[in-house]
Amino acid sequence: MKKLKSNFINMVLVLSGITIFAAFTLVSVYSLTKESIGNSRQLKQNEAIQAVLPVHDHFDSIPIEMNNGVETTKVYKAYDKNNVLVGAAVESSSNNGYKGHIDIIVGFNKDGVIVNYSVLDQHETLGLGSRMVDWFKTSKAKQDIRGKNASTANLNVSKDGGEIDAITAATITSRAFLFAVRNAYFEFKSNIIDPESETIIKADTIQAKENDSTSTLNKIEMKGPNK
Amino acid sequence: MKDSASKVLLNGLIKENPIFVLILGICPTLATTTSAINGMSMGLATLFVLFGSNVAVSMVKNFIPDKVRIPAYIVIIATFVSAVEMLIHAYYPVIYENLGIFIPLIVVNCIVLGRAEAFAAKNSVFRSALDGLGMGLGFTFALTLLGIVRELLGTGKVFDSVIFPESYGALIFVLAPGAFIVLGYLIAIMNKFRRKTV
Repeated sequence: MKKLKSNFINMVLVLSGITIFAAFTLVSVYSLTKESIGNSRQLKQNEAIQAVLPVHDHFDSIPIEMNNGVETTKVYKAYDKNNVLVGAAVESSSNNGYKGHIDIIVGFNKDGVIVNYSVLDQHETLGLGSRMVDWFKTSKAKQDIRGKNASTANLNVSKDGGEIDAITAATITSRAFLFAVRNAYFEFKSNIIDPESETIIKADTIQAKENDSTSTLNKIEMKGPNK
Repeated sequence: MKDSASKVLLNGLIKENPIFVLILGICPTLATTTSAINGMSMGLATLFVLFGSNVAVSMVKNFIPDKVRIPAYIVIIATFVSAVEMLIHAYYPVIYENLGIFIPLIVVNCIVLGRAEAFAAKNSVFRSALDGLGMGLGFTFALTLLGIVRELLGTGKVFDSVIFPESYGALIFVLAPGAFIVLGYLIAIMNKFRRKTV
């Protein structure tokens, strides 16, 4: 068969035909995958909450949302069978990752000890910053943030005088990550610990500690939680 | 003068391997091969697009006026890439997160357009399909090999199973300079190997 001539009408017709066909193909693939994409996001979120919480029976599916003007934080409270609070999962974020936004979820027990964390969204360099997904839960003394009490531990990278080892060759990512963790704890504290009268004294010392650690913060991370 | 079907298929794998011989599409190659699994998934995504676009282009080649063939090919390729992106996002969210921006960038991978223009536009659907498959497999093979070497030297693991402790790894191989070094040596080794067989 001979090729179509390159005249104006042919070119317009062919290109429109191809783009319309492409549009229809994409619409069908989109509608095919839309549900799955939404589901996997929701599933990931729920799995992450389950994974980071201490032993619990159920948790609030609708979180307490907080917005300090820069970042939105969500607190999911968790309870045991008798509806006693056992801890909470806090979704927190930082915009200071090496490649922008980092979204994590951190689980605390009711004393503020970090149970576990999970990274929900990140775009850090493959093989470097992206290792934060499991770097901070590797059981090496200065790497692991699990089991640390966020009220007493200095959650900064060692370079900034903290007690956590940054990811090799990804200090900026580590700073952003730890910032999000501290931010999560701040929201946890103001929602879970502070409202209870018996912990007020403890909370005061936490406040002092927190002020200390904030002053050693790197300049890039000035977007601290509102105080 | 025309090569046999098996020759077309094998062409992309060894003799005209897109990475080791044609040295096309180096940007995603260097960027995504930080680990074996990333390299392999990038290779497979490109394989799918190459195969699909080769078949589609060779099917419609006679209806496309010469002057608009490049935009037409690009639209076809972009359609396949967007479809792949959505499918990976839906069914392999982990891989989607790891590859990130490099999936949409398959559109501008010069192997894909290169094969559409150089092969699919001049050959039958069957032969174009074989060429797409061969080139795609060659690309996947190269990326996986590069990923394996970099992951092994950098972190002591291959496909996430530990070969030697991570502390003996040289981090530079996971970083960009390591990609160039490893790729250079692999091309040299492949050239030596090819010279012997030809």
